[in-house]
Amino acid sequence: MSKNKLTTNKVPSALAIGFARGGLEVKQFMRQRESVVFTLAFPIMLLGIFGSVFTNELTDGVTFSQYFVAGMIASGLVNTGFQQLAIMIPVERDFGTLKRLRGTPMPASSYFIGKSIVVFVTMVIQIALLLIAGVLFFGVNLPTEPGKWFTFTWLMILGSAASTALGIAFSVIPKSGRGASAVVSPVVIILQFFSGVFFVFTDLPGWMQQFAALFPLKWMTQGMRSVFLPDSFAAQEVAGSWETGRTFWIILAWLIAGLIISIRTFKWEQER
Amino acid sequence: MSSVINVRGLEKSYGANKAVAGIDLTIESGEIFALLGPNGAGKTTTVEILEGFRDRDGGEVSVLATDPGVKGAQGRTWRNRIGVVLQSTSDAGDLSVYETVSHFAKYYSNPRDADEVIGSVGLTDKSAALIRTLSGGQRRRLDVALGIIGSPELLFLDEPTTGFDPEARRAFWALIQDLRKSGTTILLTTHYLDEAEALADRVAVINKGKIIEVATPALLGGRATSLATVSWKGTNGIQIERTDNPTALIRKLTETYKDEIPELTVKRASLEDIYLEMIGGVGVEE
Repeated sequence: MSKNKLTTNKVPSALAIGFARGGLEVKQFMRQRESVVFTLAFPIMLLGIFGSVFTNELTDGVTFSQYFVAGMIASGLVNTGFQQLAIMIPVERDFGTLKRLRGTPMPASSYFIGKSIVVFVTMVIQIALLLIAGVLFFGVNLPTEPGKWFTFTWLMILGSAASTALGIAFSVIPKSGRGASAVVSPVVIILQFFSGVFFVFTDLPGWMQQFAALFPLKWMTQGMRSVFLPDSFAAQEVAGSWETGRTFWIILAWLIAGLIISIRTFKWEQER
Repeated sequence: MSSVINVRGLEKSYGANKAVAGIDLTIESGEIFALLGPNGAGKTTTVEILEGFRDRDGGEVSVLATDPGVKGAQGRTWRNRIGVVLQSTSDAGDLSVYETVSHFAKYYSNPRDADEVIGSVGLTDKSAALIRTLSGGQRRRLDVALGIIGSPELLFLDEPTTGFDPEARRAFWALIQDLRKSGTTILLTTHYLDEAEALADRVAVINKGKIIEVATPALLGGRATSLATVSWKGTNGIQIERTDNPTALIRKLTETYKDEIPELTVKRASLEDIYLEMIGGVGVEE
């Protein structure tokens, strides 16, 4: 013991611990085989189903599959981040995993960083597989302009960060790990319907469109459409344009709100 | 300033229920201190305040010369010096023992060697096994490994051997005694009296939010000088007499019965008897 006191007492940085946690969480995720297969294959299955049901072209050269792939990528952001975390964190709370972590010098910020990493990694793999399957089997065209790939990249990073932060924020709502899925899944499914993931957004009733515009999924979906659809299609959007700037600011605002709520309300254990 | 834990007038209520009603406690460096008490006595609340998991309503608390309510960077420096082994943790267990222990080592400034710690809790054979394949006792030993990986000066152990078979408990006790030899101060909560007797230098009995007594296990409740209970089968069935001089009583009985005294027993109070008497014989049921 006395030897230890002579050496440094400086604890490792929150960032270093956060990266270590990220690596551990990815490893843990990859070992849950059923969950991996489901997470990665589900969007491809949906693309297959919807692509087979709706075979019409929306406009010249824009198939429903092409439209739908944008929605599935945006949904992927919400599923791997928000939905996964808002369900998994209450489970970790029930198991006592969080309470044990709280007894160590690991700060909450490292835990958040670890979650961001595992969400980002799963999301990149999920979307890569979705795009490969889309191109190979469902006639999806990838954009060629560098500008579209730039939009795609910042949408992925910003969207995944916002989704992670909101998932952590929402994780205080489920009272137990067992009930979490029942609380979280309806929120996601309703948002998917309202945000133009399963249907063409402009076909939805006006009140639905306006409601969806309050939440980030609508903007992520619209942003992804700006990447995967030709610019001529922008005229058919509600605003008659892609609203790229507005998309950025709204998702950023949700990210900041999610972070503030997470930091203020995060619970390490369920109150008795 | 050698006291590791110093508590004066600690109070904590949940609504109208006063869980902790004015506790004083001093724990010295290097000792194993056991906190005994029935469920709902305020044991867990007290320990969780000391661990920094819960706020207090009143009183002064210092743990390693720091207020456990400390937050931020100071809080991390403080946590770097303590180890906490909680009652029940049941992770999903998709990581191996080694992966988990070596990962937790990254949280601390001066971690012990992961292999060495795994060896000290007797899990070397299980080092590469996934946590979900471990038995309850092995999981508990992993919990302890995670509690000591940061070379803590102070270790909190909350009911560490619940659900152990007798052999596993003996092995576990040996592990705790080894830790004491290395200079770690240990605060142990338990409701096994033999465990407190085997491990603790001092025992505090807590009931209804107050500490009733603090003593060495041998002296608790005046055990050393307590009355002996003599019982035998008399003409009217089993007779019981409590006396401070059992030898004299038995001498008298041999005169009455001449040959064998039927069903004679002489019993000194066990720690359990003393304890049950102290807490009023209630509340020991789950």
